[in-house]
Amino acid sequence: MAQSLEERVRAMPRWLRDLVADWSSDQQTFKVNWGKAMMWFFIVSDMFVFGAFLSAYAAARLGATLPWPDPAKVFALHIGESEIPLLLIAIMTVVLISSSGTMAIAVKYGYERNRAKAALFLALTALLGLTFVGMQAFEWTKLIREGFRPWTNPLGAPQFGSSFFMITGFHGLHVTAGVIYLITIASQVLRGAYEKIGYQRVEIAGLYWHFVDLVWVFIFAFFYLF
Amino acid sequence: MEHSGEQHHPIRVYLVVWGLLFLLSAMSYFVDYFEVRPKELAWFLITAFALLKAGLIVSYFMHVRFERLSLVYAILLPTLLILALTAFVMAEGSYVFDVRAIFFGR
Repeated sequence: MAQSLEERVRAMPRWLRDLVADWSSDQQTFKVNWGKAMMWFFIVSDMFVFGAFLSAYAAARLGATLPWPDPAKVFALHIGESEIPLLLIAIMTVVLISSSGTMAIAVKYGYERNRAKAALFLALTALLGLTFVGMQAFEWTKLIREGFRPWTNPLGAPQFGSSFFMITGFHGLHVTAGVIYLITIASQVLRGAYEKIGYQRVEIAGLYWHFVDLVWVFIFAFFYLF
Repeated sequence: MEHSGEQHHPIRVYLVVWGLLFLLSAMSYFVDYFEVRPKELAWFLITAFALLKAGLIVSYFMHVRFERLSLVYAILLPTLLILALTAFVMAEGSYVFDVRAIFFGR
């Protein structure tokens, strides 16, 4: 005879019974809306992905016997006579942080039901994201012309290329997907699609966008500045 | 705020965090630009600035500071496990370096 679920729960030791009671019985464990909980679920899993990439980069760099190319020189830009280290990367960082700021403001205007301003700031965020991807495409083109490949480069350790193209490529893919995501949300805001169901979806899109910025914080620090 | 699941905060909060993010980014850039030495000090400063930036983004832009603890723990505790992975593969990376140095002599 199969036991009923209730009987099985009652037969559990107390510590397990309490835990099961908290997480089952149609309870909402996290007391946030479903979409937000799922976006956090995705973000935590994506943090593992980037955590694995950055760890693999650390291992590759520590294991490299040839000297690691100096990012300050690799990513320097010539402006007139002088060479400014990491200039493009600094501008990209400023652009992405700005887009995070405009995103936060878009979420605020969404909850205030100011549709025009929410859509405006979402569009602005998408535009800054597009600028970022554009600059990254420029950077990739420049490096590829200089002979950088995932398996070799003219300046030293061949592991540099595989780490660089993998990490920035995957991040750029996230930014590109985010731009499409934001444009979709912006058009829905403008259409008034959230007037009845509320503006949580703008905040959820914001979570994704801030996460992309968050990842860049670590790439900027550990790949470009170390 | 708790009832609707909406996050309402004055715009000033976002602008202050925004400004701090710019400041911290600029400071970490200048650590590299002015070639702060010893290298360990530069690495320490860059890591510290990055963690501060990450904390600001997660706490205020992603509103984690205002969420319930059950969600905060569910987000932060698994993420911290990444550090264990990083520590293990860094040890492995150093080992690979030694093996290469011994067998390939460079």
